[in-house]
Amino acid sequence: MQVPDAKAIEVTDLTVAYRETPVLWDIDLDVPPGVLLAIVGPNGAGKTTLIKAILGLVRPAAGNVLIYNKPYDAQRRIVGYVPQRGSVDWDFPTNVLDVVMMGRYGALGWIKRPGKQDRELAMQALEKVGMEKYTNRQISQLSGGQQQRVFLARALVQDATVYLMDEPFQGVDATTERAIVTLLQELRENGKTVVVVHHDLQTVTDYFDWVTFLNIRRIASGPVDDTFTPENLRETYGGRIAFMKNR
Amino acid sequence: MENLHFLTRFDYTLIIVALGAALLGTVSGALGTYAVLRRQSLLGDAISHAALPGIVIAFMLTGSKTPLILVLGAAIAGWLGTLIILSIVRLTRIKYDSAFSLVLSTFFGFGLVLLTQIQRNGDANQAGLDDFIFGQAATMLKRDVLTIGILGGFALVIMLILWKELKLLVFDEGFAASIGFPTRVLDILLTSLFVIAIVIGLQAVGAVLMSAMLVAPAVAARQWTDKISLMVLLAACFGALAGVSGTFISSIAVGIPTGPTIILCATVIVGFSIAFAPNRGLLWNSIRQHRNRRSLKIATAKLIGAAATKNQIKNDTRPS
Repeated sequence: MQVPDAKAIEVTDLTVAYRETPVLWDIDLDVPPGVLLAIVGPNGAGKTTLIKAILGLVRPAAGNVLIYNKPYDAQRRIVGYVPQRGSVDWDFPTNVLDVVMMGRYGALGWIKRPGKQDRELAMQALEKVGMEKYTNRQISQLSGGQQQRVFLARALVQDATVYLMDEPFQGVDATTERAIVTLLQELRENGKTVVVVHHDLQTVTDYFDWVTFLNIRRIASGPVDDTFTPENLRETYGGRIAFMKNR
Repeated sequence: MENLHFLTRFDYTLIIVALGAALLGTVSGALGTYAVLRRQSLLGDAISHAALPGIVIAFMLTGSKTPLILVLGAAIAGWLGTLIILSIVRLTRIKYDSAFSLVLSTFFGFGLVLLTQIQRNGDANQAGLDDFIFGQAATMLKRDVLTIGILGGFALVIMLILWKELKLLVFDEGFAASIGFPTRVLDILLTSLFVIAIVIGLQAVGAVLMSAMLVAPAVAARQWTDKISLMVLLAACFGALAGVSGTFISSIAVGIPTGPTIILCATVIVGFSIAFAPNRGLLWNSIRQHRNRRSLKIATAKLIGAAATKNQIKNDTRPS
């Protein structure tokens, strides 16, 4: 299915606006297969919107998104999504296993209920994120890091080729962060493409091999080694990034 | 003996009425779970108030008080009201709460104007239409109960068939859309189920209070369980319980309106649940807090004690 040098994600001339204000302006972005990419930029730079536009969750004013050369609708089976943890109500009356099983709903389609096999897949995913002991735990009783792991497990169950994750490190402790990074790098080793909205500039060079600077416009995008430069940081964040010079 | 006497006194009519109240309580309780979990409790209020002009217009057009026709009119108007609210929010900068109260009062006011109009024109057949404001379960007939049963049963079957889809929609709409479920369609469908749950209760409970039947059983049920399937089941039971007990209490004396009595019964269930449910209940919470505070006090005392002893030893051994 994969053409040798096909792009995992190809965004062309993407513009998204809420009312009159542009949130994303004329974005071009090529993501090669098998990279672990960080999208960085200040608050309000449109990072979440970019993810949602790629997933077809917000309607762009202009532009085009392709996943392995086809529109998202044709490729959703190979795309996994981790929304922001804060986007759902964790007081919802359900347990960990049930949330993870939701990752199978796409493959199941309409009406059909998850069965034994789906359960097993969900258990495997929970093991991968180290949450197998919490299968029957109420989701309201999870810590922030555990909630994040549950969302990751749900995406793993999707068994996707391309993963889009919105701030998977938000509000997690150091141990969980380490575990998540290991998991993401494992996905990359297995040839998956992982796009992550990221906030912590200090860890970009350690965790990722590809980086996209975003601030309404795409400032720069490429391998971390060439792209994660003071010039790009300054252009993306303005003057607010002086402390980075010490790196 | 006492029971038997009770039954023969009220017999058939009361059983029919109680059955209708139980059915509508079951349906609104079960579906209300989704309204409460989606934080759309207000939607029920908008639907029920907006439904009033629909009932009157349906009667004016057909001259008939057949339950199905009136319920259909109510449903169309209720739906229209909801649609207008959602459009106002989407197309203008007016916020939800303002849109809600605007539409709700406009529709309800219009309904009242129409109602007084046909009352003044002296159409004798219209008698009983004003029951739809505060509800009058005592006038419920077999055909009314049948209408409630069929429509409500239909709504519950749809809910059960689309169990997984609706659960996902309520928990994580964005994720649902990302894996290909048409969330707009599901949203409209769920709202339609709310409309059904509301309109089938209008005759018995009334437009003013019906939305409480959508909210109260679900709020009570949430106190007792952390599982959505159990919450739906419990809410259905609570709704039925409120419906039946309200009907019986209001039938004891002449002039007690059924709708408000049913709602008061539901409120008692909610109050009891909030106070006494394990884990989430107030009583349980205060016991737990008390315990925590006591064990914290003991732990602190032990710590202080230990520190004091340690200091004592230090001081004793320090060369002076």
